[in-house]
Amino acid sequence: MTMEQRTLDQNEYVQRTLKNKQEFSLKKFFLQWEWLLILVFLLVIVINTSLSPYFLNAAGLRDATMVFLDKGFIVFPMVMIMILRDIDISVGSTVALSSVIMATLYNTLNVPMGAALVICLLVGALCGLINGLLIVKFKELSAVIVTLATMILYRGIAYVILEDQASGNFPEWFSFFGWGSVAGIPFILIAFTILAIVFTLLLHKTTFGRQVYAMGNNDTASRFSGVRVDRIKVIVFTLAGLMAAITAIFLASRMGSTRPNVAMMYELDVIAMVALGGISTAGGKGRMIGAIIAVFIIGYLQYGLGLINIPSQTMLIIIGLLLLVSVAVPKMKVNWKFKKSGSKRKLE
Amino acid sequence: MSDYVLELKGITKEFPGVRALDNVDFKLKPGQIHALMGENGAGKSTFIKVITGVHAPNEGEMFLNGERVEFSNPNDAQEKGIAAIYQHVTSYPDLSVTENIFMGHERIQKFTGRILWKEMHDEAKKILRSLGSSIDPKSEMGALSVAQQQIVEIAKAISTKAKIIIMDEPTAALTSRESEELYKITENLRDQGASIIFISHRFEDMYRLASQVTVLRDSKYIGSWGIEEISNEDLIIAMVGREINQVFPERKGEIGEKLLEVEGLGKAGYFADVSFTLHKGEILGLTGLVGAGRTEVCQSLFGIMPYDKGSIVLNGEKVKIQSPKEAIRLGIGYLPEDRQKQGLVLQWSIGRNISLSALSAIGNKGWLRDKKEFAIAKELAEKVHVKANSIFDLVSSLSGGNQQKVAVAKLLTAELDIIILDEPTKGVDVGAKSAIYEIINELASQGYGIIMISSEMPEVIGMSDRIAVMRAGRIVKILNRAIATQEAILEASMTDSTEKNAG
Repeated sequence: MTMEQRTLDQNEYVQRTLKNKQEFSLKKFFLQWEWLLILVFLLVIVINTSLSPYFLNAAGLRDATMVFLDKGFIVFPMVMIMILRDIDISVGSTVALSSVIMATLYNTLNVPMGAALVICLLVGALCGLINGLLIVKFKELSAVIVTLATMILYRGIAYVILEDQASGNFPEWFSFFGWGSVAGIPFILIAFTILAIVFTLLLHKTTFGRQVYAMGNNDTASRFSGVRVDRIKVIVFTLAGLMAAITAIFLASRMGSTRPNVAMMYELDVIAMVALGGISTAGGKGRMIGAIIAVFIIGYLQYGLGLINIPSQTMLIIIGLLLLVSVAVPKMKVNWKFKKSGSKRKLE
Repeated sequence: MSDYVLELKGITKEFPGVRALDNVDFKLKPGQIHALMGENGAGKSTFIKVITGVHAPNEGEMFLNGERVEFSNPNDAQEKGIAAIYQHVTSYPDLSVTENIFMGHERIQKFTGRILWKEMHDEAKKILRSLGSSIDPKSEMGALSVAQQQIVEIAKAISTKAKIIIMDEPTAALTSRESEELYKITENLRDQGASIIFISHRFEDMYRLASQVTVLRDSKYIGSWGIEEISNEDLIIAMVGREINQVFPERKGEIGEKLLEVEGLGKAGYFADVSFTLHKGEILGLTGLVGAGRTEVCQSLFGIMPYDKGSIVLNGEKVKIQSPKEAIRLGIGYLPEDRQKQGLVLQWSIGRNISLSALSAIGNKGWLRDKKEFAIAKELAEKVHVKANSIFDLVSSLSGGNQQKVAVAKLLTAELDIIILDEPTKGVDVGAKSAIYEIINELASQGYGIIMISSEMPEVIGMSDRIAVMRAGRIVKILNRAIATQEAILEASMTDSTEKNAG
């Protein structure tokens, strides 16, 4: 062994202490995606206010919030699904199927509304459970194909049950979900806030959430580390189904009825919100709070554009562009850093 | 005109931090079958990749029929008539045999660009017949046996009019009868004027075919001999004969009671009839050639690849291990060979990596406890001497050796009895290697039973109390440290002994 090697070895054995307090970096703190989102959110408010005098109207904003928040419930589990590098495009169909079953149980089979609600939640969770089981059992099938199939399937079943009919006549109290308020605050906003806190804690403060991130970054290493990868995936997809059923309840309550073609394209709005929220489709990155801000950005953007009579087709263009920019900007940021530092490390 | 179809002089190839080839010479005569031999990691594969234009050498010259050539990519080499058939067939399993043979040089009608299927099928059939094979060119590649796929690869080499054909361990996955057919085909090719470089770990291949043998060791050229000039023993010495240049740390502690008893473990297609015992404080080396089934046996013990035969007795109790989670609960930890893909989450900090397999212990009813997590991570990272500033440094920023230490620290979070280390010093520099050996010995003296898979002979001999040698999915020999020599291990792992039809 040469001298050089020996010194090297000795260095290896020198007891070093590692810090276990993270240094706070102001620059890092402000370089977070969420700040940009808050900026975009404020921009949306400012532009909307300057374009329409009706925008900053308490009652108007309140009603608008009640309209777009229903799909926001699905955003929570979708964040986890996309961190897992998967996707679920069947959630809109799950909303339709669970609400149609709920309405049919109450109207045709005379099941009490309370029981119908519970069954609605169970149906949604079952839809998600089926997705999850299929995805972990048939590893060669990607989540997009599995949920494409069940998207068609669940919607199809909803049509078979109700044909092209609407089903309403819910009891009086049921309208509370969609229209009720507590102390002037819409009930849906309260529910959304509570669930937002629950899901934020679940993702960021529990061992479950940590394992979700681990799987999104490296599925194989997670398995080798004893993470029960299949189980976690099934739970996350089941949560997506359950949240879709909650959306179904709020939607049916607000509309006063349901039909098999409700919640069309909800999955796309939800995925757009999650992507804008900074959850990378490459998996493993992003935070719940970003997606929550994105729900409000897209919601108020749509409302504002509606107020100044922009046709819904044009609205699609604007939201499409916003989404493109939002997924492209982080890449540009990384590229720029890459060039500036002259680092030879390859980008993912 | 030169005496050699292919001549390489002073080839050196460096990768960041590694010298994969160091001043290697090689001479290939026309119509010769030339065996290239060496241990795992001796540099054979890199050498082949230089010849086929995959890697450009940093230094050295290459001559083709006396003419100096430089390849900047594999196409250049192919145009000059060099073809390689790799160990793991790189074919298109869903395409037909014909398409595989003509991939990249399809017969196409001029102007229209139409593919001349009939012509290609006929040509493919002709080549295959000339190889004495009756494979239907229209059949699907994936439906063929490994041996047949290899013949198709050879046909592909012929169709490109290759004059120099390189075969990288073609017999590794073949039965002895299939090997015999391959020998005949290879001899046929030679008789038709092709020159062949034949890489194999099997001595029988070499004696049956080659007229010349060149040995590489530790990235260096050792020598080249006519097949009659060198004895089996001298050849083995040429392949392994380095001095043991690593100092292995002194062992403390004693070997205790029996921890693990594996009896007749088997998994169809991977390994069979594997039996061994492991004691407290013992290091059991598990060696053999790459592909002998070492990793598969250990992954079975860890529940990644559940076994379908045999029994495992752990601390006197019969257990069935079906998942890594269960294995960890029973006290078995596994350090994977590919730490970047299987061992660590590179994008994560040291601390998060260490805590990942211990989340249930760190958590309180499912809630993360930062303080506890950081304390455990810090303690273990320091225990294995990870060099970093804080436990928040990203693992991707660490050197290979330090990454490996993080992976070891991760194992120590669980209450384990048995630690399986799969090539623990692979891709780690010399200094860090000694540090890892030190850690392994320390663990053994604390009473862990350790199974260490390694392809590096000095490491296996220097570290293990007993050495189990695997070959073709079976343990062929278990040697005590006192009597283990590199020669004995290599002989056991390479020579076809009584287990002719193993696996």
